[in-house]
Amino acid sequence: MPITLVKEKYQSKVGQVIIGATPDQGGTRTKVIVAGGDSALPFLHFEGKVENRPVIAMEVTDIIPPWNDVIKEQFGDVLDNPIAWAKKCVEEYNADMIYLKLIGANPDGENRSPEDCARIVKEVLGAVGVPLVVVGCEDSDKDNEVMAAVAEAAAGENLLIGLAEQDNYKSITAAAMVHKHNVIARSPLDINICKQLNILISEMGLPLNRIVIDPMIGGLGYGIEYAYSIMERARLGALANDKMLSMPMICTVGYEANRAKEANALAEEFPGWGELQDRSILWETLTATALLQVGASILLMRNPAAVRLVQQNIADLMEANA
Amino acid sequence: MGLTGLEIYKQLPKKNCGECGTPTCLAFAMALAAGKGALETCPYVTDEARENLASASAPPIKAIKFGNESVLGDETVLFRHDKTFYHPTTLLIKVSDKLTDSEIEAKVQEIEGLEFDRVGLHYSIDGIAVVNESSDQDRFSQVVEKVASATSRSLMVLSENPDALKAAVPGIASRKPLIGPATFENYEAVVNFAKEQKVPVILKADGLDALNELVESAQKLGYKEFVLDPGSRSTSQTLANLTHLRRLAIKKKYRPFGYPVIAFTGKNEPLDEIAEASVYVAKYASAIVLKTSIKAHILPLMALRQNLYTDPQKPIQVEPTLHVIGDVNENSPVYVTTNFSLTYYSVEGEVESSKIPSYILPIDTDGTSVLTAYAAGKFEPEKIADALAASGVAEKVNHRNLIIPGAVAVISGKLQEKSSWKVVVGPRESSGIISFVRTMQG
Repeated sequence: MPITLVKEKYQSKVGQVIIGATPDQGGTRTKVIVAGGDSALPFLHFEGKVENRPVIAMEVTDIIPPWNDVIKEQFGDVLDNPIAWAKKCVEEYNADMIYLKLIGANPDGENRSPEDCARIVKEVLGAVGVPLVVVGCEDSDKDNEVMAAVAEAAAGENLLIGLAEQDNYKSITAAAMVHKHNVIARSPLDINICKQLNILISEMGLPLNRIVIDPMIGGLGYGIEYAYSIMERARLGALANDKMLSMPMICTVGYEANRAKEANALAEEFPGWGELQDRSILWETLTATALLQVGASILLMRNPAAVRLVQQNIADLMEANA
Repeated sequence: MGLTGLEIYKQLPKKNCGECGTPTCLAFAMALAAGKGALETCPYVTDEARENLASASAPPIKAIKFGNESVLGDETVLFRHDKTFYHPTTLLIKVSDKLTDSEIEAKVQEIEGLEFDRVGLHYSIDGIAVVNESSDQDRFSQVVEKVASATSRSLMVLSENPDALKAAVPGIASRKPLIGPATFENYEAVVNFAKEQKVPVILKADGLDALNELVESAQKLGYKEFVLDPGSRSTSQTLANLTHLRRLAIKKKYRPFGYPVIAFTGKNEPLDEIAEASVYVAKYASAIVLKTSIKAHILPLMALRQNLYTDPQKPIQVEPTLHVIGDVNENSPVYVTTNFSLTYYSVEGEVESSKIPSYILPIDTDGTSVLTAYAAGKFEPEKIADALAASGVAEKVNHRNLIIPGAVAVISGKLQEKSSWKVVVGPRESSGIISFVRTMQG
């Protein structure tokens, strides 16, 4: 006798956010990315439509990053040139988007001017055709200036810009509204703050389909289970028609996974952990694959070898199942 | 797993005789559902109903034990935030009997080395699956024996040939291996043999309909120590099968699927294989058989398993006593943090990387993080001062500087007063410790 499978019927689906704009939409991108839109739990094709596959945005910084050699070696000599670096990510590693982090703006570092930052964004836009995610240097006052300049310079490109946080969301939201970009709303592993922030942002008039949730994940071994459960609850909330949790989710996989000692320590230091090469790649890979299982739509990643593995994992999971 | 009152009512005699002590059968059913009555008080309930109701009160997924303390199944939820996942995925490494003796020795030795220590936890691989890929049943027995003598871990013995199992298993039956697979072709022989040897057995069929049929046939042999294999080897289909099986067992109490499920990876390239296996760890596999046995590959998977099977209600904690990092002396810095293991090890990792021997004093905050503990009144100046005095660190260093997390800078004045130590406000994030101590020393 055939089994009657349990197929859930959800009231709603995850909201869709469009990132990038082609020339006929007022931008210069060769393609746009649509995140979200699913009407099922992740990759359960049998009970609803997995509208858009999750995408990977590869991280590019405007100064040479302090990353470990396992990652740096794969990029060769492009790390001091965001333009060549971004091109390499797209052409060689098939990044769906570029995640441009303007660390050079940090007042304690290079202290690059907002105009300079905007120029770099324009240059990267000129070099690649994929949509861009752009964030600042995590100094909130400076970021407000930098992102305002970036938003203006890239008007029409429909960027995804960040970061809006509970105590600092107004100026970036305003910049996104005026120049028509999307915003990353970041909350510290707290579903209530997450919801509250989305409400505050939308009360300023930014439509819900222009917000992406950054739940501030923990990396593998360092609190990933908290992010895992919060994201799972957010996804269930979206499917149960909680509009303020229905945005697609973005995860800072590269940053968090590569903070772990396990992703950086050589085998000589920790012989019990095996060789660094594969361990480092898998630390980032499993941070991503685990979060894909709870609804990550945009993965921000670093290591090209990990990107390749996650691309394969996504392709495998996008196959129909019954 | 309780039934609803109405579901129980359907099975009752509906005489409304009141002999059970409740006025009506429906009221009796409601009492049973609430756990307030016993079915035995009804003299007229049929044996069939009794059995139905008894099996319905059994756990939704049977616990299957095998080998060296491996427990599969016995789970109750689909999402860990609903309660917790109880029995971490059992990970086994495949050893083929096609390998030569020296290859087997090397492989088993590598597997035996899969023991890891990180952030105060110990992970070790659960066992070995010996697979009959040579068509030689004598060789299979030899290899099973060889592997069994080289490890004390849990064993799985896999061959579709019942005669090969009959030859290989009795010698190690006392170690209670998980054997199989029983398929439509061989299930009578294999299940009966498993029953005779008192070992659990894998039932394998292609797809859920076939698996359902196989389970029902196998149950008729009077044995119920089963582990299910729905036959899929692709990531997406296996995810779907694992989800269906778990949902049917838990949400529908569908008894034929009330057994743990095993997954076999399909990928041959090791890194792809680990990515594939991570999906099954997250989504309900009770056991996974892997091919790769390289440390750098297994550690990340075991970390994920440990993370996802952590009880969300009970954070992992470290001992709230003075911890010593490196070769300390009387000038070593003293840090204070909480005993939430994640918080503690974030600090410890950074202090270690600073290469400056130090003391860390985790305060007992019931395993909550710095800000959570502070908000809950568990990271108060009085408490920290008491712990500091009790730790005896004052006799070990000749300075009186205490470094506190930047996020609780507000307690510094009061803490200074209570402890009579000079309170130094450290960085908000532990990642800032290295540059912080450099500037302090410089």
